[in-house]
Amino acid sequence: MIPAAFEYVRAHSIDEAIAHLQQHGGDARVLAGGQSLIPAMRFRLARPAVLVDINSVRDLSYLRASDGVLEIGATSRDSDVERAGWIGDRRWSLIHDVSRVVADPVVRQMGTVVGSLCHNDPSGDWTTAALASRAEVVVRGKAGARTVPIDEFLVDSFTTAVGEGEMAVAARFPKPDDRTAGSYQKIERKVGDFATAAAAVQISLNADGTVRAAGIALSAAGPCALRVDEAERLLVGREPRDETIRAAADAASRRSAPQADLRGGVDYKKHLAGVLVARGLRQALARLGARA
Amino acid sequence: MSTEPKPGGSLGVAMKRKEDPRFIQGKGRYVDDISLPGMLHLAIVRSPYPHAGITSIDISEAMRVPGVRAVITGKDLEAAGLGWLPTFHGFDKQMVLAIGKVLFQYQEVAAVFAESRGAAADGAEAVHVEYAPLPVVTDPFAARTDQVILRPDREKKTNHIYHWEVGDKDATARALRTSPRRISQRIWFQRCHPAPLEPCGCVAQFDAMGRLQFYVTSQAPHVYRTALAIVTGIAEDKIHVISPDIGGGFGNKVPVYPGYVCAIVGALKLGRPVKWIESRTENLTSTGFARDYHMDVEIGATDDGRMTALHVATTADHGAFDAAADPTKYPAGMFGIVTGSYDVPAAHAEVDAYFTNKAPGGIAYRCSFRVTEASYAIERAMDILADELRMDPVEVRRKNFVRKDQFPYQSRLGFTYDSGDYQKALDVALEKIGYKELLKEQTAKRLRGELMGIGFSTFTEVVGAGPSKHFDILGIKMFDSAEIRIHPTGAGIVRTGTKSQGQGHETTWAQIVAEELGLDPQNIMVEEGDTDTAPYGLGTYASRSTPVAGGAIAMAARRVREKAKKVAAHLLEVGEADVEWQDYKFQVKGVPAKSVTMKEVAFAAYTNMSQNEPGLEASYYYDPPNMTFPSGCYVAVVDVDRETGEVKVRRFLAVDDCGIIINPLIVEGQIHGGLTEGFAIAFMQEIQYDSDGNNLNTNFTDYLLPTSLETPHWETAKVTTPSPHHPIGAKGVGESPNVGSPAAFVNAVIDALSPLGVRHLDMPITRDKVWRAIRAAEAKTALA
Ligand SMILES: Cc1cc2nc3c(=O)[nH]c(=O)nc-3n(C[C@H](O)[C@H](O)[C@H](O)COP(=O)(O)OP(=O)(O)OC[C@H]3O[C@@H](n4cnc5c(N)ncnc54)[C@H](O)[C@@H]3O)c2cc1C
Repeated sequence: MIPAAFEYVRAHSIDEAIAHLQQHGGDARVLAGGQSLIPAMRFRLARPAVLVDINSVRDLSYLRASDGVLEIGATSRDSDVERAGWIGDRRWSLIHDVSRVVADPVVRQMGTVVGSLCHNDPSGDWTTAALASRAEVVVRGKAGARTVPIDEFLVDSFTTAVGEGEMAVAARFPKPDDRTAGSYQKIERKVGDFATAAAAVQISLNADGTVRAAGIALSAAGPCALRVDEAERLLVGREPRDETIRAAADAASRRSAPQADLRGGVDYKKHLAGVLVARGLRQALARLGARA
Repeated sequence: MSTEPKPGGSLGVAMKRKEDPRFIQGKGRYVDDISLPGMLHLAIVRSPYPHAGITSIDISEAMRVPGVRAVITGKDLEAAGLGWLPTFHGFDKQMVLAIGKVLFQYQEVAAVFAESRGAAADGAEAVHVEYAPLPVVTDPFAARTDQVILRPDREKKTNHIYHWEVGDKDATARALRTSPRRISQRIWFQRCHPAPLEPCGCVAQFDAMGRLQFYVTSQAPHVYRTALAIVTGIAEDKIHVISPDIGGGFGNKVPVYPGYVCAIVGALKLGRPVKWIESRTENLTSTGFARDYHMDVEIGATDDGRMTALHVATTADHGAFDAAADPTKYPAGMFGIVTGSYDVPAAHAEVDAYFTNKAPGGIAYRCSFRVTEASYAIERAMDILADELRMDPVEVRRKNFVRKDQFPYQSRLGFTYDSGDYQKALDVALEKIGYKELLKEQTAKRLRGELMGIGFSTFTEVVGAGPSKHFDILGIKMFDSAEIRIHPTGAGIVRTGTKSQGQGHETTWAQIVAEELGLDPQNIMVEEGDTDTAPYGLGTYASRSTPVAGGAIAMAARRVREKAKKVAAHLLEVGEADVEWQDYKFQVKGVPAKSVTMKEVAFAAYTNMSQNEPGLEASYYYDPPNMTFPSGCYVAVVDVDRETGEVKVRRFLAVDDCGIIINPLIVEGQIHGGLTEGFAIAFMQEIQYDSDGNNLNTNFTDYLLPTSLETPHWETAKVTTPSPHHPIGAKGVGESPNVGSPAAFVNAVIDALSPLGVRHLDMPITRDKVWRAIRAAEAKTALA
């Protein structure tokens, strides 16, 4: 398990990192927490010629709440989120749930939220949560920064909107109002396993108990994390009663297009997508003190 | 329970492990910590194909990789007479590097020696091998048809390796025919892998004297020395095997692997030390796997649940070479223990083994030679019988137990069980787990459609191989040995032919010596694993260390005591006949006031020995008169999620009888570890191949080791029936939990699913499998 030879550079600023990325183009890769990239290199599945380490870049490790947005810097670890002071607030319950089940406690010490989004594993957890919470990613290149909605950011398995010579500098999660709660439901064979199936749910209620907004997404159900638009549409404007929840779950099951692997067969995973969406909705509602 | 060791009275003390400060502080010295000046690194080129002819091997590009010093292939080794390696079982041989063709994916094809690990890996990638794919046989039942002969190198042109049987075939067939009730079930114990956290590895060096210094992760260093002498032709005195600290073995570090031979050849050829450390993938895909037994179990019984006959016909998948490490006379190991804890009047067991295009092995995974397979088969089948008879599985077991008054018990399949009290272990278990309450809860839950299960496993194993009249490896009898030296100040050293891989020998052995000699176990140093200093022994596996080497230690200590007695007589100024060993001291017979301690005697043995031979040491080679038969009653309680197929192990109780306990803390630790492995086997672990022969579990993302978060909470209890023939009455415990627990887990799951009509599922019990079983049952009800 020895990687192929590579060059390593440590960037101290975003501009320096981008300069290196510009210089080496497609041969270069950003090194964040290394929890996906290093294993891939050790198996020689990834053979970047140059690694641009951003861990020493100033001002990239932060969790900042302003203008109704939570911004997570590119070198903030999963564990920073898991331990943030505000994380117990129920409006962040989706993020909180994810921060506790992504990978394992050791990996979370190094792995980054932004790195997870950039890696875009079909079974990723952060990507799924980002879809349900309608996050955005801030991408910087030579020409400056642009903000990309998550649906456009996640292009295909292991492919994102980050272009050659660019890097992601932050993820932005809209701050939910206080009638919002979420839930992340994941079935895994053991701690540190990628999801057999997982569902991210976030709902906001109107004062009358009807659903104002809904975010529903699935992991391990397609080439990358998948939004279940139909389930979201079914919920909005309705009271989240049993039959609505069931309909949303059925929509998720239908939308799920997983691959059979050692974790389970296609039909099993499709079935789980529905079960987990229903469980997620019920838990989010329970967190809001509402009854399904 | 006392945790403080004191001089004398060391047996049964939960003393903290002497080795732990070293391990906990990261100061263990493992083979990969060894770095010798001028050392080269070895990387192995492996086959991507499970079955293919080798058309050509081009090493030219590899030789141009900076740092690469040499590449050798099977042809080179063949020319040197080292093309093949005898397997420990002795009836087969294994290619060191592929000759002519490859027989399994990841088979060793070429060896690259380079200045660094990185250069060796680059060199391995640059070796170009052309393969001509051949038809692949992954299923032993397909192998049986001999349509493709995998091993034309063998005299017999068949994939069949051996047939082995034990018991009375005719009587069993007759009894089965006439039994009023019968069950039959094919039960597969899946292919799994011991996956020690430290993979295998070695450093080979020829020193200035031309002597081979061989550091290696070996559970059996002496056997390695002899095997290497036989394979390489190097005189045995010119071989020094050193097994440093080992990070888990579980049977995986018993066989000699091709990488070891390559390292030695490289060291010889290049005149420099060579290190080989395999990767996780190499460990999982090419070194000794375990199990892979397809067992057709038939039981005959009376209407009221008395067993009348047991027949088990097994189809064993041994992979490409028969590299199972079993005693010569026992190709299927101790599979004859398949009658378990039950007094079956007629029994017959047979095993037929086949070659397939899979990795070789068939070693024991924390189990005494196929005992886990046997225990699992009978314990699973007992539940099926109970289901057939609509009886409580506990009652069926109780009815058929070997009774306490039947010991020593002669089983129909050839073993003489030493001691046990199966009723009592069961009673303790039922009481502790609260069986009656659980049954009530289960009844209530079933009415609500909830799936809860209770599973039992009342197993008996056979360990401690073994008596020389039956047991040998490559002809070497399976005794073990101990050598004890007591120093002038009453401290001492004990050396044995075994080798701890985490079992705590440094503590346990010291306690035995301390107990026998009335000394402080903290000052008895234990040394193992160095063939220059340790007496010859067969090593640590098959729960044999305490039953065999433990016996040797006690006997050697008693020899020391005999010698010490002479010195004591001199100190007490009486004749030897007037001295007795009482309360861990020598005293004048009947006069406790006139006594000397062993410490005083030890000093005198060097300073004031009178006419006696100076010094205080002894050795003993212990040939056990019989095997030992640890037993236990395990209970699992599970809840099954109907929607997702998830199984939650709510409780697990292990009641073990391992005879006299030397250190209860270590025994507890062994039980926790083994149960965790049993849990992994039951729910997670399988080395799976697709039908093209690709290994699907090549690292820990797909071959799962449970963490503390998945692992259930373990409850333990004990019953003690000392082994009557063992010097201190101990039976061995290292493997009981791995042997006994899989059946308890599976029985619990099947019990949970039984209202749906499910009678059997093969391990690993994955969520997907459980969900499918539930769904199939629901579909059936929907149709009905
Ligand atoms: C044992 C184990 C279990 C795991 N289990 C899970 C799991 O259950 N669920 C899950 O979602 N993940 C899991 N992971 C992955 C883990 O969460 C990773 O940390 C994460 O996917 C990547 O984050 P990283 O910071 O380590 O990124 P790295 O490994 O450093 O990078 C990953 C990829 O993203 C690119 N990249 C990283 N940061 C940037 C950036 N700022 N701009 C542009 N490109 C960038 C890199 O170039 C690389 O291609 C697991 C990992 C391990 C080792």
